[in-house]
Amino acid sequence: MDIHEYQAKEILARFGVPVPRGGLAYSPEQAGYRARELGGSAWVVKAQIHSGGRGAAGGVKLCRSEDEVREFASTLFGRQLVTKQTDANGKGVYRVWVEGASDIAQELYLGFVLDRTSERIMIVASAHGGMEIEDLAATDPASLQRMTIDPAVGLSEFQARELAFALGLKAGQVAQMVTILRACYRAYRDLDATMVEINPLVITGTGELVALDAKMSFDTNALFRRPEIHELRDRSQEDPRESTAGDYGLAYVGLEGDIGCIINGAGLAMATMDMIKLAGGEPANFLDIGGGASPERVVRAFRTVLADRNVAVILVNIFAGINRCDWVAEGVVQAYREVGLTLPVVVRLAGTNVEEGKRILEGSGLPLITADTLAEAADKAVAARAKLAA
Amino acid sequence: MAILITDRTPVIVQGISGRIGQFHAADMIRYGTNVVGGVTPGKGGSRVLDRPVFNTVREAVAATGAEASLVFVPPPFAADAIMEAADAGIRTAVCVTDGIPSQDMMKVKRFLRRYPEDRKMRLVGPNCAGVISPGQGFLGIMPPHIYMAGRVGIVGRSGTLGYEAASQMKALGIGVSTSVGIGGDPINGSSFRDILALFAADPDTDAVMMIGEIGGPQEAEAAAWVRDHMTKPVVAYIAGLSAPKGRKMGHAGAIISAFGESAQEKVEILNAAGITVAPNPSEMGQTVARVLALRAAA
Repeated sequence: MDIHEYQAKEILARFGVPVPRGGLAYSPEQAGYRARELGGSAWVVKAQIHSGGRGAAGGVKLCRSEDEVREFASTLFGRQLVTKQTDANGKGVYRVWVEGASDIAQELYLGFVLDRTSERIMIVASAHGGMEIEDLAATDPASLQRMTIDPAVGLSEFQARELAFALGLKAGQVAQMVTILRACYRAYRDLDATMVEINPLVITGTGELVALDAKMSFDTNALFRRPEIHELRDRSQEDPRESTAGDYGLAYVGLEGDIGCIINGAGLAMATMDMIKLAGGEPANFLDIGGGASPERVVRAFRTVLADRNVAVILVNIFAGINRCDWVAEGVVQAYREVGLTLPVVVRLAGTNVEEGKRILEGSGLPLITADTLAEAADKAVAARAKLAA
Repeated sequence: MAILITDRTPVIVQGISGRIGQFHAADMIRYGTNVVGGVTPGKGGSRVLDRPVFNTVREAVAATGAEASLVFVPPPFAADAIMEAADAGIRTAVCVTDGIPSQDMMKVKRFLRRYPEDRKMRLVGPNCAGVISPGQGFLGIMPPHIYMAGRVGIVGRSGTLGYEAASQMKALGIGVSTSVGIGGDPINGSSFRDILALFAADPDTDAVMMIGEIGGPQEAEAAAWVRDHMTKPVVAYIAGLSAPKGRKMGHAGAIISAFGESAQEKVEILNAAGITVAPNPSEMGQTVARVLALRAAA
């Protein structure tokens, strides 16, 4: 789960990371008021969306008067900001952060991530911050410092010091860096984060280290014990189809094609999408109905897939272990009746209670296209799509 | 012989009193698995499925000599249950639970390293379908009738894709020594390499079908191990050719976030290590058959 920059800054500040003073605005007027409140003569106005690359997309601006703050903010509110990291629809701007401009002498990069090789939290840092880490890794890989943290001991001071010196920091800044590193680590660990990123972490003209930007993501599996983090969830930043599907226990990811997929298991779902592609079709979505799916959940899966207007054919592929083919078949029949399906539906059932499932489909008298194997199912779905086009 | 579980392995179920735990324990017993008891804190002294229930794993091990445990405990308590099994002397634990926080798994992995090699518990999962040695027994939630007993090992992240492979193989008359689901989480107990090493040492396994997917370093790590150590043929399939970068595909671990994590890149890495990669998921069985025929001819 992602949160906004200003929320990440508030959290990290609580753990001891220095951040610039700033204020949140829900309207252009409020943005202007925040600037006056902060004082000074230059402010940075930043669109709050769950995405990086906001600067290049025109979501961040240095303003030199209250009027300019208000004017720029008024162009942001309600806008869909399309960045390198979002899809073509972009993400809506409903909150704007205004902070005092900083005097920047140097930009560093600092990230904490889960390293799947060592199975530990890893710090990635570079003395050349500002750009995206992917670009940094491509253009200047030698500048990247990596360090893993033993979960039983935590981040030791000597480790933090080593890293600070490796980044070329001066004696006076090393202590500040150690504080920042340890604060980020504690925030990561105590709040079940999956990512903490400060980019850039700047050294100001007077030699102070300040987090100019901050990003945090959290482990959704741990939200049950982090209610204060769960509250920060912002649905306006999520794909509405994906988050609604998630509420019903369905893992859904919208894609570009026109063959809607309803499958159990993430691996089989990906494999079925691969088969559709090989057969010459394009999957419209990834959808895993999960384990123990009731007929109602299957109906919900149909509704979710059909909400995508590009969908022309539906392919149901179930290899039931913890699921039951008879429940899935009942769900397919119910979906036909309740949703008023008119598109071709290809169904392939295998595994637990497959005979009952097939009997229910046959007995329904519905114009379903059935298949016995994965290859047959994909071929029939693509053929049904081709027939529609002809 | 098979790996991890045979018809003799004494098995307990942690969480046997729960609805789901009981349902699957009954299935395991029907299949012939040697289930000797269960553990549910606070339910010690009762009986479920005509098996004794204990308050702690330690008591269960002392009373039954259990060597393997199936962990059916809800996510908030699953990590603790796994560590309890390790400390009580269980040799193999399979955890089916989906949704364990990743920092809990970090802690579990660190905890397991406390024990010397000869006392160290092997963990399979979490978020996996389990382990089955067809005709002998199983620890998990798979439909056992789709597996035919035989001499090919299966190891995969995805449960349902593992079923797909087993049923394709069965249709071609190819049986399975043991099938192992290692789970779809970013941090798991056993990696592809760990399970391949077990198959390499198993006299009843002639070849291995390995089913990977996008995300994470474990397929590449396994490829390097196969290149340097494996003498038995390995066939692979990698799911997610059509998956876009940066979008999580159901499994917490199935996301392309670094170089070498896309399906295409993994296929290239596996090919370079001498592994035969099935061209698509409906030809997993046929690819195994082809590789076995080549070996028989050689």
